[in-house]
Amino acid sequence: MAAVQETIEQVKSIDVDKYKYGFETEIESEKAPRGLNEDIVRFISEKKGEPAWMLEWRLDAYRRWRALKEPTWAKLHYPKIDFEDLYYYSAPKGTTGPKSLDEVDPQLLETYAKLGIPLKEQEILAGVRKAGEPSPSNAPSEGADGYASMKGKVAIDAVFDSVSVVTTFKKELAKAGVIFCSISEALREHPELVKKYLGTVVPQSDNFYAALNSAVFSDGSFVYVPPGVRCPMELSTYFRINEKDTGQFERTLIIADKGSYVSYLEGCTAPMRDENQLHAAVVELIALDDAEIKYSTVQNWYPGDKDGKGGIFNFVTKRGDCRGKNSKISWTQVETGSAITWKYPSCILRGDNSRGEFYSIAISNGYQQVDSGTKMIHLGRNTTSRIISKGIAAGKSQNTYRGLVSAHRKATGARNFTNCDSLLIGDKCGAHTVPYLEARNSSAQFEHEATTSKISDNMLFYCTQRGLSSEEAIALVVNGFVRDVLQHLPMEFMAETQKLIGISLEGSVG
Amino acid sequence: MLEIKNLHACIADDGTEILRGIDLVIPKGEVHAIMGPNGSGKSTLAYVLAGRDDYEVTEGDILWNGESILEMGPDERAAKGVFLAFQYPMEIPGVATMTFLRAALNAVRKKRGEKELTTPEFLKFVRAKAAELGVSDEMLKRPLNVGFSGGEKKRMEILQMSVLEPTLCVLDETDSGLDIDAIRIVSEGTTKLRGPDRAMLVITHYQRLLNYIVPDKVHVLAKGRIQKTGGKELALELEKSGYADFTGQAA
Ligand SMILES: Nc1ncnc2c1ncn2[C@@H]1O[C@H](COP(=O)(O)OP(=O)(O)O)[C@@H](O)[C@H]1O
Ligand SMILES: [Mg+2]
Repeated sequence: MAAVQETIEQVKSIDVDKYKYGFETEIESEKAPRGLNEDIVRFISEKKGEPAWMLEWRLDAYRRWRALKEPTWAKLHYPKIDFEDLYYYSAPKGTTGPKSLDEVDPQLLETYAKLGIPLKEQEILAGVRKAGEPSPSNAPSEGADGYASMKGKVAIDAVFDSVSVVTTFKKELAKAGVIFCSISEALREHPELVKKYLGTVVPQSDNFYAALNSAVFSDGSFVYVPPGVRCPMELSTYFRINEKDTGQFERTLIIADKGSYVSYLEGCTAPMRDENQLHAAVVELIALDDAEIKYSTVQNWYPGDKDGKGGIFNFVTKRGDCRGKNSKISWTQVETGSAITWKYPSCILRGDNSRGEFYSIAISNGYQQVDSGTKMIHLGRNTTSRIISKGIAAGKSQNTYRGLVSAHRKATGARNFTNCDSLLIGDKCGAHTVPYLEARNSSAQFEHEATTSKISDNMLFYCTQRGLSSEEAIALVVNGFVRDVLQHLPMEFMAETQKLIGISLEGSVG
Repeated sequence: MLEIKNLHACIADDGTEILRGIDLVIPKGEVHAIMGPNGSGKSTLAYVLAGRDDYEVTEGDILWNGESILEMGPDERAAKGVFLAFQYPMEIPGVATMTFLRAALNAVRKKRGEKELTTPEFLKFVRAKAAELGVSDEMLKRPLNVGFSGGEKKRMEILQMSVLEPTLCVLDETDSGLDIDAIRIVSEGTTKLRGPDRAMLVITHYQRLLNYIVPDKVHVLAKGRIQKTGGKELALELEKSGYADFTGQAA
């Protein structure tokens, strides 16, 4: 209840029609020439000082990409992307790799501070509180060592255009044996780990965008949690696209070794630009025996203006592999930004008794188009999965849930529960549900529920008659609608998310 | 005091005139009933009072405590004390009744310059009122009106009214679809709110409700105008003679 009240407050205090992350940072950057060929791939690999096998891996991906075609099956319409006209590498000058905080360009720190993400090693949380505000969780901050002192902290890897600019709390994490760094650094410092796992969940030729990413990815985060370790703090990556005409291709690889646990948050914003910007990330998660990974995303890329001009094209491949027995991977996503979203965070349930979860809130307004969902691939015995998807369409947007649940021949006892709800605001938008079910094992039990409802004028009038403004009424109804999913977000992210929901739906009535 | 002066209103979409010059005054402390045949414009009048934008006021004025409310949105009117108990209350999926009540109460309190209630204060306040109307804790947890029976929905309207403490209460056919016990509960809840600072407009098709909520005046609305005004006995007359006199049709 208090949370709803808070949303209402926040929605009210927001400047209408403003994407508040839309500013641009004027910072000198170093770029590779426009277009893509083997030399560009070599250029990127060399810039990063990568081992020879990595370059070969990239070139292999590049060649495969050349042979692939852009997928057209999604319910998305957008102008053809000219892949030869993009920049594939852009780095703020002077950042050849992650540094300690005092070496980072103050202008970059300022950019992140403006985004609500002060990159300081103190108790701050991505976008939730401003620096200096007290922690709501009352986490003890005294006691330099030990578990309790780290609660409420978030370690952040900040990725600006193509490179990671800084990773915080590395020392404290290292004490627990957790590796959290940029993937470029991981390639230098822990090549054996990267080599062992990279591309094992999303192979180079998995799809057009994954192949492109494999060829040109410039940075991203790397996490390794050793056996039996419960990662002592939330890990978080904050992605920021700044440069014009630049694709962002980050690569994230998270490995939870046997019996470990990690919770990871991802946040994204971009400046307002008239041109579309391409974002094609790949995220691979690997959970070994008895391990658990919780991956949460709050995606708030620039969605374009009210006439549908500009905005990010977001083509993302996210996949988790429950490789070990009793492992668990849980995706929670809040998708509010981007002009185009093509995204299906999935789970391969390979280990016996493994579990996959997908909790999604996808909001579209204006001319946004979302085609998102998940795949739950049941391979092991007694594997379970759960899908809760809440799509909210407003304005002239189109919002599609696309999901696949499959059970392999050997997946005895596989179970899935799917619930897809759509909420329409106004009558110029659309919501669509496209579920695919494939059971090759007769013991599989799949349950599917779907509803579509509408915030009608009648409902709004009813609420406003009781004293709520239209914005308050919509925030109330939408927050009620997404409640089942919100509760799966890390506590600290909930307030942020409720605020974001309010902002995203501004101008959806009247 | 509510003053409705020569009120004309049409359907905004197609300009069809529904209210054709209504004059009505309800001083504070009084309860007036409006009766009339189906389709005479009773609900339209209630909606126009509450500020629904499907209707356009083409002539006349509505003054509440001397101030015209025509330019105000529904939420501003609510803050000024206007409350409409709907003939067909809306279902609000996903929003617990308690949550809704609290959001609404805080919204109006804030607009009225009062401070929000704390959680314990609020819960105490609502539970007491809910008990009087036979609304269970379990119902307060359910999404507002979703799956509620007709009677439960109407009780919920009265609960909202008693929680928001409006000064102008408009009840649109709160009795329709209710059995006699439910009518009694709803009427008692409404009667409790009668007071020197409150004006009430009770819309009903049948005389029955007025046995419980005894009106100071009864108006007959037909063809978009007040055709006749009288005391509470007028309701009984109408019960016998029907509305034929006013619609120009044989009974
Ligand atoms: N929004 C609307 N669109 C079309 N017709 C309407 C609308 N509102 C009311 N009407 C028509 O106006 C007349 C009066 O309706 P209403 O006020 O609901 O009557 P009552 O409540 O007295 O039964 C009816 O003929 C009804 O069909
Ligand atoms: Mg009516």
